[in-house]
Amino acid sequence: MPKIIYNDNQGNSKTIEVENGLSVMEGAIQNDIPGIDADCGGSMACATCHVYVEEKWLNKIPKAEEAEVDMIDMAYEPKKNSRLSCQLIVSEELDGLIVTTPSKQS
Amino acid sequence: MKKTDTIIIGAGPVGLFAVHQLGIKGLKSIVIDNLDKAGGQCIELYPDKPIYDIPAVPECTGEELTNKLLKQIKPFKTEFFLNERVEEVKQDEENWIVKTNNDNEFLAPNIIVAGGVGSFEPRKLAVKEAEKFEDKFLFYAVKDKEQLKNKNISIFGGGDSALDWALELSKFSKINLIHRRDEFRGAPHTLSEIKKLEKEGKIFIKTPCQLESIEGKDKIDTITIKFDSGKIEQIKTDVVLSFFGLIMKLGPIAEWGLNMNKKTIEVNSKNFETNKKGIFAAGDICSYPGKLKLILSGFHEVALAAVECFKRARPNEKYRFEFTTSSKIIQSRLGKK
Repeated sequence: MPKIIYNDNQGNSKTIEVENGLSVMEGAIQNDIPGIDADCGGSMACATCHVYVEEKWLNKIPKAEEAEVDMIDMAYEPKKNSRLSCQLIVSEELDGLIVTTPSKQS
Repeated sequence: MKKTDTIIIGAGPVGLFAVHQLGIKGLKSIVIDNLDKAGGQCIELYPDKPIYDIPAVPECTGEELTNKLLKQIKPFKTEFFLNERVEEVKQDEENWIVKTNNDNEFLAPNIIVAGGVGSFEPRKLAVKEAEKFEDKFLFYAVKDKEQLKNKNISIFGGGDSALDWALELSKFSKINLIHRRDEFRGAPHTLSEIKKLEKEGKIFIKTPCQLESIEGKDKIDTITIKFDSGKIEQIKTDVVLSFFGLIMKLGPIAEWGLNMNKKTIEVNSKNFETNKKGIFAAGDICSYPGKLKLILSGFHEVALAAVECFKRARPNEKYRFEFTTSSKIIQSRLGKK
């Protein structure tokens, strides 16, 4: 199973095996990773599963569609490497993906 | 204090269908919601997005679903208390008293909490000094246009609200429109108007940049923004408007003594009652083994909760299960002959 590395803004890190096909958000929720609220349940409607993707992974993951970028406008302290974790679907290619959760989601 | 049979908290699809299920049983209800209109997440988060899993409705938008539900409950002439948030819930013998931030008080034997993920509130600016100026020089919504005349106004956001207010207020004030990226998301006509006003020197567009700080003692003097390039700019500002949409906050629900599981209320799956007799929870806000956060699950949950509501509101009457197709009483309640 692909491993996803979830860092928080305090420098804590957790490596979780997430099933192929689940989203990085679902992997976090199912494993009680703090810092991801996912209020809308993954319908790209709330921006509370916002994460920063480690720079070296940015080109390896599918690009955000327009609706996701629009939604990231609403996120708390968005940066260039901001993504919504509900839109990142786990696959073998994403094995080792590193994401950092923001200090808060709202 | 208004008396009713059931107080429904939340005017989303589940709250609206609760009105129906109570209404056909002859129970009165009132509905309270923090938003200015019914529909909840359907209206606020995805009014134009399609929903494909409402039984017998192959496709509809959040707005269409809301309008159909409102039509379905029209015969019950239910009173809605919008723009109001429930602050306090307290017990009064067999009844519950609910108080809102608008000082309305309601008394009923039943409460159905259909509150989604909580109440919608504006997403606030992250800088710490924002709070100090809020409601005086910094606003998350425009309530009074008059006080925004002949000012230096800095507007944050890249969506419709930010663009529409930039256009409107540029008629009599100097506008800075500040956004974290170069692209704005708005109607093509609005975007071209903005560009035109930028050329005329009425709107100053600052992108891609974000707010660093707000300066001023008793009022706002300037704001400081930081561009992606690292460049810092200080802008003379009297008023800041921020439009970053709404966020859902659980709010006071957590303080009503209900058993909570993360941000949800624990219920039994027989009648969706919480640990408090007469308080029910349905829709996204409730949790029980196997819970699915689907609108159709919420419909089922309020149908069953409504039966228990009947028993509590009419302790001396026997509950009779009836079909809308054949029950003359239900049909008369629906205004059919």
